[in-house]
Amino acid sequence: MRDFQVQAWLLLLAALLSGCGEVWNNPYPTQDGGRNILYSAFTERPKHLDPVQSYSEDEAEFNAQIYEPPLQYHYLKRPYALIPLAAEAVPRPRTVDAAGRDVPADSPRVAHTLYEIRIRPGILYQPHPAFARDAAGKLLYHDLKPDDLKDIYSLRDFPQAGTRELTAEDYLYQIKRLAHPRLHSPVFGLMSEYVVGLKEFAETLKAEDKALADSGKKNAWLDLSKFPLAGVEPIDKYRYRIRIKGRYPQFAYWLAMNFFAPVPIEADRFHAQPGMAERNLTLDWYPIGTGPYMLTENNPNARMVLERNPNYRGEAYPDEGEEGDRPAGLLADAGRRIPFIDKVVFSREREGIPLWNKFLQGYYDFSGISSDSFDQAVRISVEGEAGVSPEMAAKGIKLEASVGTATRYFAFNWLDPVVGGQGDAAGRERAKKLRQAISIALDWEEFISIFANGRGIPAQGPIPPGIFGFKAGGAGINPVVYDWADGAPRRKSIATAKKLLAEAGYPDGRDAKSGQPLVLYLDTTDRGPGDKPRLDWYRKQFAKLDVQLEIRGTDYNRFQEKVRKGAAQIFVWGWNADYPDPENFLFLFHGAQSRSKSQGENAANYSSPEYDRLFEQVKHMENGPARQALIDRMLVILREDAPWSFGFHPKDYSLHHGWVANLKPNHMARNGLKYQKIDAARREKKRAEWNRPVLWPLGLLVVVLAASAAPAALGWRRCEQSKGRAA
Amino acid sequence: MIAYIIRRLLYAIPILVGVNLLTFALFFVVNTPDDMARMQLGIKRVTPEAIQKWKAERGYDRPLLYDGTAQGTDRITRTIFFEKSVKLFVLDFGRADDGRDIGHEIRTRMGPSLAIAVPVFLLGLFVTVSFALLLAFFRATYLDFWGVVACVAMMSISSLFYIIGGQYLVSKIWHLVPISGYAGGVDAARFLILPVAISVVAGIGSSTRWYRTIFLEEIGKDYVRTARAKGLSEMAVLFRHVLKNAMIPILTGVVVVIPLLFMGALITESFFGIPGLGSYMIDAINAQDFAVVRSMVFIGSVLYIVGLLLTDLSYTLVDPRVRLQ
Repeated sequence: MRDFQVQAWLLLLAALLSGCGEVWNNPYPTQDGGRNILYSAFTERPKHLDPVQSYSEDEAEFNAQIYEPPLQYHYLKRPYALIPLAAEAVPRPRTVDAAGRDVPADSPRVAHTLYEIRIRPGILYQPHPAFARDAAGKLLYHDLKPDDLKDIYSLRDFPQAGTRELTAEDYLYQIKRLAHPRLHSPVFGLMSEYVVGLKEFAETLKAEDKALADSGKKNAWLDLSKFPLAGVEPIDKYRYRIRIKGRYPQFAYWLAMNFFAPVPIEADRFHAQPGMAERNLTLDWYPIGTGPYMLTENNPNARMVLERNPNYRGEAYPDEGEEGDRPAGLLADAGRRIPFIDKVVFSREREGIPLWNKFLQGYYDFSGISSDSFDQAVRISVEGEAGVSPEMAAKGIKLEASVGTATRYFAFNWLDPVVGGQGDAAGRERAKKLRQAISIALDWEEFISIFANGRGIPAQGPIPPGIFGFKAGGAGINPVVYDWADGAPRRKSIATAKKLLAEAGYPDGRDAKSGQPLVLYLDTTDRGPGDKPRLDWYRKQFAKLDVQLEIRGTDYNRFQEKVRKGAAQIFVWGWNADYPDPENFLFLFHGAQSRSKSQGENAANYSSPEYDRLFEQVKHMENGPARQALIDRMLVILREDAPWSFGFHPKDYSLHHGWVANLKPNHMARNGLKYQKIDAARREKKRAEWNRPVLWPLGLLVVVLAASAAPAALGWRRCEQSKGRAA
Repeated sequence: MIAYIIRRLLYAIPILVGVNLLTFALFFVVNTPDDMARMQLGIKRVTPEAIQKWKAERGYDRPLLYDGTAQGTDRITRTIFFEKSVKLFVLDFGRADDGRDIGHEIRTRMGPSLAIAVPVFLLGLFVTVSFALLLAFFRATYLDFWGVVACVAMMSISSLFYIIGGQYLVSKIWHLVPISGYAGGVDAARFLILPVAISVVAGIGSSTRWYRTIFLEEIGKDYVRTARAKGLSEMAVLFRHVLKNAMIPILTGVVVVIPLLFMGALITESFFGIPGLGSYMIDAINAQDFAVVRSMVFIGSVLYIVGLLLTDLSYTLVDPRVRLQ
């Protein structure tokens, strides 16, 4: 019996160790070693994978590899350029008058803009049970009874799968889904302002949905194809047309987003069957696309797996980029068929420490850099250039740095009586000078250095580099806050700020009339011990002007509510671009977008009739000198009015191992996995080299346990053998 | 006995209603339905109409506790509290605020939670009871003294320190097991060794001291002296008599947690990437998902009540003098 137990334990140990392979800490199955698999991590589980609802970056990480909207961004070129994806060409918008006659784009008679898109023939969907057909050509799984779903818990449980060719109708169907009464598309509100008839279409669907519910068929499939949408029309199998109200040149950028990716009617109908939603068999859980990858495992608690779509038509790796791409090896694969990688495994990592350590062990191919690991990972040279630390360099780890298409800022609430832009002319002037003084005092260069590890560039306005309208050098500085000296912007002195403050009626930080100290209020969600240094820094900046800053820490919900109601005086905020157009930043100051009045994106509630007038012109213009001139004028207004203290444009640093190739940060496109390549053999070798098990601690542990147990065992034995016990 | 169980189960109903009410009140003090809608719909381009639609679909557009505009019982029943709470009593958890089936999630995640909780429970119990008996055996010796010092030191250290330190040494420096992750089947053992070992070690200090105190109290009683006077070995005295008589206080602390093993461990699961119910709860709190939070709190309450009932029943097994009426 005892021998059997020993053998059983040895067998179990052998089984465990055999599962470990050459290294013991490999979190992946041994049989995957050396395979062409990319390993990455995700921290937040995606909320939505339905392309009509999904809007966040962590969801795009998956969806962008699966769905194919008509357009995409060039992977290498900068500034960002739109190129065709499923479309044959980037559509050239046609402007027409109310009678449908062609008119020039700048004509006041423009009533509609027409986007005619032709998709490439021969594109196939990934294998999916919604397309499976029997020998007679009838769809197999479109009339399922509750019993048919008894043992079905995922799409893989359906024995059959099929495919079909992508058609223009699939794109139109998805545009109709934007107005679906049971879905929540974040862009429906915006698109209903532009796509002809979308608002009315939503009303029609709502009425139909209600009629279904009233007839006892609540949640039954709503066949959108039965209802026409005036603004979209199929031309033939591969061509469709979208009709936009007036002019909206930015619409082309939306055509590169998954809101405009195709969804086949079969999939919508398939997932709408009774019992499907109860099993999470929804489009929100199982995306269906024509892209290079398909989601084969969706376990957002642990891991998500993308695998090569066997029906993918293939694309060619780009053969041109920007200067420096060729020497960097980014064009070495020009013209080769993509994707290069067979499978992508995303593992859920809720905590930063395990993620970072697994990256260093070679189990993740990429990693971001947290503040905790920044010093370990990055060295800043005396010239200010960032590079990897010697420790990282020894491992062959590489750093990718890029300025994001985002802006962080301090917002002054325009509705506030002290810092805002209300009241009489004198009052407005005083508040403006106060905002300007604070803008000078807030030393964003220092903030970037202390709190962002140098990862950012001070903002001179809302538009970040890489977006049309941004100007580098002396021509692009904010003259209210900076002087141009010795070829670089130099922040104005505190004396200048104090002078402005005095002119605002607060000499030495006190109200000139009442003598009371000026107290301003910053609303923030930063309340934890880790936030204290940053909050102290804010206070210190205001203290330079002898102004007291009161921090109002609050939870996220209350903070949002205060901003929404226009009750916050000063707050920190940020914006990430939806698309690379200045309109996407300039609209943040448009009066019609006021957060407190119309729940728009103008969180500062800024209002300027002249700015609004210019914005209405700029948003419809093509990029060019005329547009630049208007943007320059708008920036002058903003810098003078200072509704924001323009903070900084964050720089993104990311690390990747030397075995990953063709990696170039792209803040607009998320479908970059298809271009990337790995050297799996090299990775396997490095993993083995870096992760050899260290066995002496196990021996030491046995010795320590034995040494600890020995006195006890001896004492026990002595006690058992003794003839009596001490009282 | 049966009557006792039925009575206890009936007592559970008002307790569960109270817990539900408390969860509801606490949750909605911090979050309004609008906040929940915004959290689900995202920050960008969220219109008031979209928020209203989201709330209406999920029944969050109704009054919280009392509908003054309704008539009769509808004043109570047409409220968020009533509609969201009643179904829980038939274990219909409904759908999370992101639309996903809560029951399915719970069933899926229960396995990983148990895979870590059961070994920790059994191994921890064995190790701490053994260690406590050893200290009781060597009471008032240097072994007892240093053992207690070690226990106090171990219970003074944060469990987070054990986790981070364990991951650093065992996984990062010695490369013996994966730092985090999870796999099904036998392969799960590789991922569970470290969290189980750390959880057991982290619990040794407090549990051992508690059990040692119980054993020392028993050892001082007359029947132990009698047993020794009869010439029984110390081993027999400790294991056959002391341990048996110390079972009531041990069971009080142990049986009640058995049902709660299903609930998972919040921090351990989060750091080790175990996709269990503990991490589900953390995700739900972060996402302000009331549907999940109330379901998990409800299950926790039910399991706790079951645990208390089992504890009472277990008394009758270890002590024949105990009668449940």
